[in-house]
Amino acid sequence: MRHTHILLAHGSGGSMMHDLIRELFLPAFDNPLLQQSNDQAVFDPQTKRLAFTTDSYVVQPLFFPGGCIGDLAVHGTINDLAVGGAVPIGLSAGFIIEEGLEVEILQRIVDAMKLAADNAGVPIVTGDTKVVERGACDKLFINTSGIGVIADGVNIDGANARDGDVVLLSGCIGEHGVAVMSERKGIRFSTPVVTDSKALHRLVQRMLDVCSDIHVMRDPTRGGVASTLNEIASQSGVGIEIDEASLPITPEVQGACDLLGLDPLYLANEGALIAIVPAVHSDALLAAMRETPEGVNARMIGTVLSDTPGLVRMRTGIGGTRIVNMLSGEILPRIC
Amino acid sequence: MNLLTAFRDSTRAAPLIERIRRRDTGPVSLMEFCGGHTVAIFRGGIRTVMPEHVRMLSGPGCPVCVTSNADLDRAIALAKTPNVVLTTYGDMLKVPGSRESLAQIKALGTPVEIVYSTIDALRLAQNYPDKQIVFFAIGFETTAPAAAAAVIQARNWGLRNFSMCSVMKLTIPGAQALLRMGEVKVNGILGPGHVSSIIGAEAWRFLPEEHGVPVVISGFETLDILAAIDALLAMIEGGKADLINEYRRIVKPEGNRKAWNTVRNVFDVVSSSWRGFGEIPASGLRLRREWEEFDADKRFEITVYPSDEHPACRCGEVLRGVLEAPDCTVFGTACTPEHPLGPCMVSSEGSCAAYYHFHQSARLRINNSKRS
Amino acid sequence: MCLAIPARILELRPDQMALVDIQGTQREISLMVLDGEASVGEYVLLHVGYAIEKIDEDEALRTLEMFDSMSMLDELSSPDRDGEEEKAT
Repeated sequence: MRHTHILLAHGSGGSMMHDLIRELFLPAFDNPLLQQSNDQAVFDPQTKRLAFTTDSYVVQPLFFPGGCIGDLAVHGTINDLAVGGAVPIGLSAGFIIEEGLEVEILQRIVDAMKLAADNAGVPIVTGDTKVVERGACDKLFINTSGIGVIADGVNIDGANARDGDVVLLSGCIGEHGVAVMSERKGIRFSTPVVTDSKALHRLVQRMLDVCSDIHVMRDPTRGGVASTLNEIASQSGVGIEIDEASLPITPEVQGACDLLGLDPLYLANEGALIAIVPAVHSDALLAAMRETPEGVNARMIGTVLSDTPGLVRMRTGIGGTRIVNMLSGEILPRIC
Repeated sequence: MNLLTAFRDSTRAAPLIERIRRRDTGPVSLMEFCGGHTVAIFRGGIRTVMPEHVRMLSGPGCPVCVTSNADLDRAIALAKTPNVVLTTYGDMLKVPGSRESLAQIKALGTPVEIVYSTIDALRLAQNYPDKQIVFFAIGFETTAPAAAAAVIQARNWGLRNFSMCSVMKLTIPGAQALLRMGEVKVNGILGPGHVSSIIGAEAWRFLPEEHGVPVVISGFETLDILAAIDALLAMIEGGKADLINEYRRIVKPEGNRKAWNTVRNVFDVVSSSWRGFGEIPASGLRLRREWEEFDADKRFEITVYPSDEHPACRCGEVLRGVLEAPDCTVFGTACTPEHPLGPCMVSSEGSCAAYYHFHQSARLRINNSKRS
Repeated sequence: MCLAIPARILELRPDQMALVDIQGTQREISLMVLDGEASVGEYVLLHVGYAIEKIDEDEALRTLEMFDSMSMLDELSSPDRDGEEEKAT
C-alpha cells in the first residue's frame, strides 16, 4: 500500500479499492472461498438447520486493553452462533471506513481479525468495503455476519427455561465493560483489567458433548448478565433467582465499579455465556466447562422458578432480596 | 484488612440480623437522610430482612431530588448560553426540568459534559480557554468542600473561563424542617455518615436533646447499616434517646474542620428552595462576594421562564416521607426511569428509583397493574 | 452522591495531589481539603476526586469486633476516637 491514509477513492469500486482488497484484506483473510473472488461464498452444508446472525461493531475507542474492534467483531459473531448450538462455518466482514483513517490502524485491526479467525478455525469468506467522507462515521465501523450448522437434536431457545433448571455462568463478569471504560477515561490499574473477548464455540461444543439437553444459552453482552437474564425470564415466562455471593467478579472489576458507581451485573461481557440447564446435569457440565480455557471460572449462579414469572431477583449477601431489573438507559455508550 | 470488603462480610451479618429481630420495640419508623443509605438499604436487601414492625423511611437525602425545577431550569438556560459548556455530576442529567432535561438538550447538540470531579471541570477550562466552563454544583456537605476547592484552585490558576452555579444544600436544616412539619412520626434516625465526616457527629446532638429522637451516625456498608439499626432499636427498646457514632473509623465528633472552613471561606449560607419543602432559611450555599467573579449567575444573563412541576409528580411528598413511592399513583406507569415525571424516579439515589429497581413487591405491583 | 470509598495513598504529588489505589484501580486525587498530613500507605476516604477524611484502621478493626460483641450498645456508647465520653441524656 503506497498510501498512508484511507481515501474516498479506496471505496469507489475502482483500481484503488482493488489494491486495498488485494494488498490488505486478502492476505489477512486468505482462504479458498475468499480466493475465488466472487461476490458470494457458496457452502454445501451437511445438516438440515442453519444458524445465521449479524452484528455491527462501533466500539469506541478502537483499541482497548486486551483487544480491539477487529477481534471483538470476530468473537462476537462466532459467539452468537455458538450459543445457538451452531458450529460456525464462515463469517462475512463489512467495513465502513472514515476517510483519513491511517492504513496502519486498519492493518492492525485486520491482522487482529485474522488472528482471531485463525485461532477460532472460522474463515472470513466474504466481505465489503466502503469509505465515507470525514465525519460520516467515527473512524471505523465493522459488521460481521455468520453462518453455522446445527446438529440434529440440539434445541436451544430463549423460551426453553423451565422451573427447577439451574443457571450457569462460564466466567468472570464485567471485564469487557471495565476494560473499554478504563481506556476511554484514562483509568489506570495496577493489574490492568483486560477484555474477556474470546470465541466460545469450542466451550459450547464441549458442553453439548456432555449434555444434549441444554435449554437456553446466551452471551451477556450489552446490558450485562442482568439484561440477558431478564430477556430469558420474559421469553420463557419464568422467574429467576441468582445468588449474589456466587457471582464471579474480580476485585479489580469490583473496585472500578465501586469507584464509578457501576453495577457489574450491567456491564458488557464478550467472553462469557449463560446456560440454563436441568439441575441434574449441572455438576457434569460445570466439571466439563472448568476443563476448558474459556470456562475455568464457571459457576452455578442461580435457579429458575415458576413464581413471579418475568422477574429476576437476587439473594443478597445477607440473605435479603432485591430484584434485578433490565438495564434502563445506557451505562456506557458504544461499548461493542 | 481490606477496609471495603471487611464491612461487606456477610458472615457477620446473621448475628446482627438476629439481634434486630429480637428487639422488643413495638411498631417503629426509622428514617435515613442520605441517598447513599437509601440505595445501600435497597440494594443490600436490608429492608427484606427487617422484622415486620420496623418500618424504614427515606427522608430528603438525595441532593438531586431536592433541587427545585427552578434551579434546574436555570442550569439548562446556562447550558444553552452561547459558548458555555455546562459540567455536572452524572446524576443530574436525566432529571426533567419544566420543559426538558440536560440529557435531552445534550442529545440535540448543546454542550453538556458529565464530570466525575470538579477537577475534571477545571481541566476542561484549562484545555478549552475559548469556552466558558460552568460547573453546576449540587450536593450536600460531603460534596461542598470539592466545590470550594475548585473555586480556590480556579483563582490560583487564573482561570477566567470557569464559573459555578451553586444549588448546594445543608442537610440539618432540611432534617429540622421535616421534623418541625410533624407530618411523619420518626422513632429513630440513621445519620448520614459522609455528611457527618465533614460537619461532625456532634452536629446531630440536637436530635436527641431537642426532639427526643435517637440518632446513630452510620457508615454505608451492609454491616454498618445493620449495626446502626440495631443500636437505634436498642435505644428505643431501652427508652433512651442518644447520639451514637457507628462510623467512628471516619467520623470525628467535630468533623473535618479544615474542609468545612474551606467551604465557609468560599460560600455564604443563604435561604434555599427545596423540592417538597419550599424555601428553607439558612439551608443553601452561595458564593461569597469576594468570589463573585466565579458565580455563573452573575457572569451570565439568562432568561428563565416560569418553572413548574409536572402536575402528576408527587416527589415532594416522597421527600417528606409521607408518601412511599409504590403508593404514588403514577409509580411505574406514567412515571418510569425512562420517562420520569420528577427526579426521584431517575436519580441514582432517588427513593422511587430505588423501589423501582430493587423492590420486589413494588415491581410485582407494577406488573399486576399492567395486566389489569 | 454520597459515593465515597476507601483509597490507599501510593504516592504524594505536588500541588496537594496524590496517587491512590482503590482495590487495584489507580487515580490521582486532591488532598486539598484533608485535615492533617497524609502519608504513603495511609487510607483516606475518597469522594468526587478529593480525600475528605483519613480512615482510622484501628477504629475499623474495633468496629468489626464490636459487630460480633454481645453488648454492642455499650461498646458504641463508650469513649470514641478522641477519647471523649458520649453524653447520655
